Amino acid sequence: MSTPTAARTISVADPARPSLLRQYGGWVAAAVALALLPHVLRAPAAVPVMNQMGIAVVFALSYNMLLGQGGMLSFGHAVYFGVGGFLAAHALNLAAQQGLWLPVPLVPIVGGLGGLLFAAIVGSFSTNRAGTVFAMISLGIAEMMAASSLIFDRFFGGEEGITTNRAKAVSLGGLSFTTDRDVYYLIAFWALISAAAMYAFSLTPAGRMANAVRDNPERTEFVGYSQRWVRYVSFCASGLFAGVAGGLFAVNYEILTAENMGLNASGSVLLMTYIGGIGTFAGPVLGAIVFTFLQSMLSDYTSVWLLYLGLVFLAAVLFVPVGLAGVLAMHGPAWRNRGFGRLVGPYLVAAVVTLVALVGVIGCLEMVYFFVSAPAGQVTKRLFWLTVNVYTATPWTAFLALIVLGGLGMRWAGPRAAAAFADASLPRAAR
Amino acid sequence: MFRAKAILTGLMMLAMVASLASGAIGADAIKIAYIDPLSGPFAATGENGLQQFKFAADHLNRAGGVLGQKFEVIGYDNKVSPQEALIQLKKVIGDGISFVFQGNSSGVAHAISDAVLKHNERNPSARVLYLNYSAVDPALTNEKCHYWHFRFDAHADMKMAALTDVIKANTKIKKMYIIGQDYSFGKAVAEAAVTMLKEKRPDIQIVGNELHPIGKVQDFSPYVQKIIASGADAVITGNWGADMVNLAKAANDGGLKVPFYTYYAASDGVTAAIGAAGVDRIRLVHDAHPGNPNAPKALADYIKEYKKLYPKNDINQVRIQTGMNMLAAAIKRAGTLNVDKVAAALEGMEWTNSSGDRVVMRREDHQLLMPIYISVHTNKNITFDFDNSGFGLLLENKIDMDKATQPTTCKMQRPGA
Amino acid sequence: MSELVFFSVLNGLVYGMLLFMLASGLTLIFGMMGVLNFAHAAFYMLGAYFAYTISLYTGFWPGLVAAPLAVGLLGAATERYGLRRVHGFGHVAELIFTFGVAIVIGEVVQLVWGRPAKSYEVPAALDFPLFHLFRSSFPTYKAFMLGISVAIFLFLLAILTRTRAGLIIQASLTHPGMVGMLGHNVPRVFMIVFGIGSALAGLAGVIAGPVLGTFPGMAQVLGSIVFVVVVIGGLGSLTGAFVASLLIGIVQTFAVALNVSVGDVAGAAGIRVASLPALHDFWRITVAQVAPILPYLLLVLVLILRPTGLFGTRET
Repeated sequence: MSTPTAARTISVADPARPSLLRQYGGWVAAAVALALLPHVLRAPAAVPVMNQMGIAVVFALSYNMLLGQGGMLSFGHAVYFGVGGFLAAHALNLAAQQGLWLPVPLVPIVGGLGGLLFAAIVGSFSTNRAGTVFAMISLGIAEMMAASSLIFDRFFGGEEGITTNRAKAVSLGGLSFTTDRDVYYLIAFWALISAAAMYAFSLTPAGRMANAVRDNPERTEFVGYSQRWVRYVSFCASGLFAGVAGGLFAVNYEILTAENMGLNASGSVLLMTYIGGIGTFAGPVLGAIVFTFLQSMLSDYTSVWLLYLGLVFLAAVLFVPVGLAGVLAMHGPAWRNRGFGRLVGPYLVAAVVTLVALVGVIGCLEMVYFFVSAPAGQVTKRLFWLTVNVYTATPWTAFLALIVLGGLGMRWAGPRAAAAFADASLPRAAR
Repeated sequence: MFRAKAILTGLMMLAMVASLASGAIGADAIKIAYIDPLSGPFAATGENGLQQFKFAADHLNRAGGVLGQKFEVIGYDNKVSPQEALIQLKKVIGDGISFVFQGNSSGVAHAISDAVLKHNERNPSARVLYLNYSAVDPALTNEKCHYWHFRFDAHADMKMAALTDVIKANTKIKKMYIIGQDYSFGKAVAEAAVTMLKEKRPDIQIVGNELHPIGKVQDFSPYVQKIIASGADAVITGNWGADMVNLAKAANDGGLKVPFYTYYAASDGVTAAIGAAGVDRIRLVHDAHPGNPNAPKALADYIKEYKKLYPKNDINQVRIQTGMNMLAAAIKRAGTLNVDKVAAALEGMEWTNSSGDRVVMRREDHQLLMPIYISVHTNKNITFDFDNSGFGLLLENKIDMDKATQPTTCKMQRPGA
Repeated sequence: MSELVFFSVLNGLVYGMLLFMLASGLTLIFGMMGVLNFAHAAFYMLGAYFAYTISLYTGFWPGLVAAPLAVGLLGAATERYGLRRVHGFGHVAELIFTFGVAIVIGEVVQLVWGRPAKSYEVPAALDFPLFHLFRSSFPTYKAFMLGISVAIFLFLLAILTRTRAGLIIQASLTHPGMVGMLGHNVPRVFMIVFGIGSALAGLAGVIAGPVLGTFPGMAQVLGSIVFVVVVIGGLGSLTGAFVASLLIGIVQTFAVALNVSVGDVAGAAGIRVASLPALHDFWRITVAQVAPILPYLLLVLVLILRPTGLFGTRET
């Protein structure tokens, strides 16, 4: 028997507590990136689009609190966005005309309060059940609010909506918000804060139980939580952040109309959140950025951009329900196993043939649109740097051939890319 | 599943790659932005308007353009939505265009006017001029007036004053029904009708004052039933676009045979919808000679030329040509494209339009003063019809510019003043 | 006054039966597969557009048969190649899928037929007033619409209750597993029901196109109302759909006809109208202005108080 030695503490890293860098590094990096972005992207159209993206990010994240984390499909989330926005716009007008002390940076808080209040009211009866009933109630509320704009036209401004002027509110510390870039910093600030808050919420017991209620409501009741109450808290929180997004909208665009509460706006946020991926926290962020980019850039070049978006959405629902972020997350093992190199070749080939097929599809769709809707007398159209005459057979056969070629290529390259992926995801020892 | 991944990635690239199809905007042209509905229930109005603008620009270009440059009119779709219009306005400003024409609707006009004012205040070196050719809510040249807004159509009160003068003379009317679209213009028409009828014919009883959502009602039969049930002898309406077409159809179907006093019940499908049922019954108040009878030569030539190019459409807004010509003249007089100087040249300008009328851009509120015409829908004596239907507008009354002028409450702030 | 009531009832019936044609297909599909088909109104729109194109070549009447057939085939294909795939991912995914289909159909219609409204007209054979009463007349075409809708209702009733196929469908509504075990091809039954439901929607489009307009936004106009009807009537119940569509049709038509304002109602109930400027808007609201909201108000109330709807037996 050995003599007892003095107790020696062995320091073991606490696996449950990652280093500070890992925990907060991502957020700090995001903050720095946001601050530098307007200096890196200098195109005149860049800052307005980034403002739009920032608002969409907050809105989509708030929607995912319901859909991805809570399992509640809502068709009327834009109502809280809109109500928050209207309240913020009225507050700004009061600030400009009646001297209410409300500096512009605090306006999103007013929006958030509006969204929270309205969500608290609606949630009191709509969160009784989840599933189809919840979705239908949200649809009904959305339609009611859209129709109310003509009835309560003092609050909603009727057909013209409510306009406001952010330059006339009291200035805080000499900050006036006359340029888009000033507004960008405001939006970036609030987007970061809101995202951090929503992330923190998802880690609290309320957030965790929302996940539980999504997966197995009956079991959560057995564990002692009221699924109604959990859903209600989630609902109110998501309404709060939707209202914040609405307030940012009011500051950026200085106009709110009934459309902002309508089904189209709610449909857009559903699309962007789903495309981004509802299973991860960053999914909606990615979806919001991609969707806004496509919406603003594509609409300059093609009138059928919503068709492309709709097709992307359908493809996501049918084939890739995990969304963009989910796809990226699936490559995690490959990254960790340093297997990425094996993916480059097959992916590149698959990408090229897909591109070929897509050029064919886009070409055909654009030509059909032109054929149907071009003004009288125009027969040629610029497509992919070429001028094509849609009344001749050549461009049609060319694009159709591209589709066929690309399709065949995808049949050949697809399984190879899939095999490469499976291979790369294997741990190194098993290869 | 993974092939599908490639599909998804590819589809994403599709969207990015789709950004390669594009059209080019000619350089060295004076670009004019046209922000009006090119889709939706009012697309017919907007598209025909765009065509008339391009036609007017062609005319000017054939005469050499102005300052050695030609005009180019570019259409932007506002979908009759203030939000969408502001997005398009941002694009217009981003594309470097400083002259914006817009007319449909007044709701959009308010948003654009407001946005232009804010933009001009914040960006004095990149100002934009807003030329309103058809949004006739009086507020735009009264409480909401500003230096960079010019209106080329007689506003709702001016037109209602003329209309009520005609109604006043019709002693058979004892009960009036007012129906309109629920937005600023519809409300302005209703208000003006009530006030002016009370002044001129206090014996007329207003048996209905109805506002319906704009662009949303497909079947007007319930509204027509209401009008019939109220016992009205006549109807006043400011409805335009799809709302006017549908109202006309439902009135015909429902057997409503009373006189209609309207602002926009002609052309872009409305004349065809009214057809034989409306002969000598439907009247219109508008801003220029209707073409029948005996159109002034300048107007007749203009219409014939247009019909040759676009046989399916009509010249139904002479003010479009007036607006383009006056803008060109103002640019010429100012000798520059600088918006402030062009505006200074435009205000107070006198002009003779193709109708042969002398019109004046009032300095106080930037409202174009003009004589007002009242015409009736008929097929007798029609040289220039609408919608190729054989029916058109026949001139009944013309009110002189002096009588047609209304006072203004505008307190305009001028730059540098 | 009685003239107004009479014609309002007639117009309400026409509108209500049209809603029924749409709602019947939707409620059958929901009853069978638990999927609330967002694309249903899009099929309605497709029916109108197909019939318009057919009418350009052959006149109105062939379109009455051909268009619903085409839409039905399309619907069956959507179920077979799309919905069946998503079925395994859950109800939320199915809802989202049909939502995506609705968007894509809407955009394809704009692509192929263009953005402006199409002048799909009432056939000349029916374009005259059926009868005159007092000072108004009632168009024959609307009577035709009513006739077709009633015929479809009776037809559906007969098929579902009298034929073997109908009995199988009814059984699959409540016991799909058992029906499968008895040897029937349940997925095929689902596909057929989806196809028939879509064909009904298409037929509604064919007859409603001339009256309600043929334009790309027509799906959104009726889409939400049809959901309201189906939910209020009870998901899966045909009788419920019938009652609810008539109810909504008549309520909406009458609401427009009435000039009563909230202030009037309050006054009649003895509540004095306060002249608070904030509430001024509220007192001036007329029933006609509120007409668009009424169905949704009913929807929310029914969902809160009786989620199974008036005649339904299940909520999800």
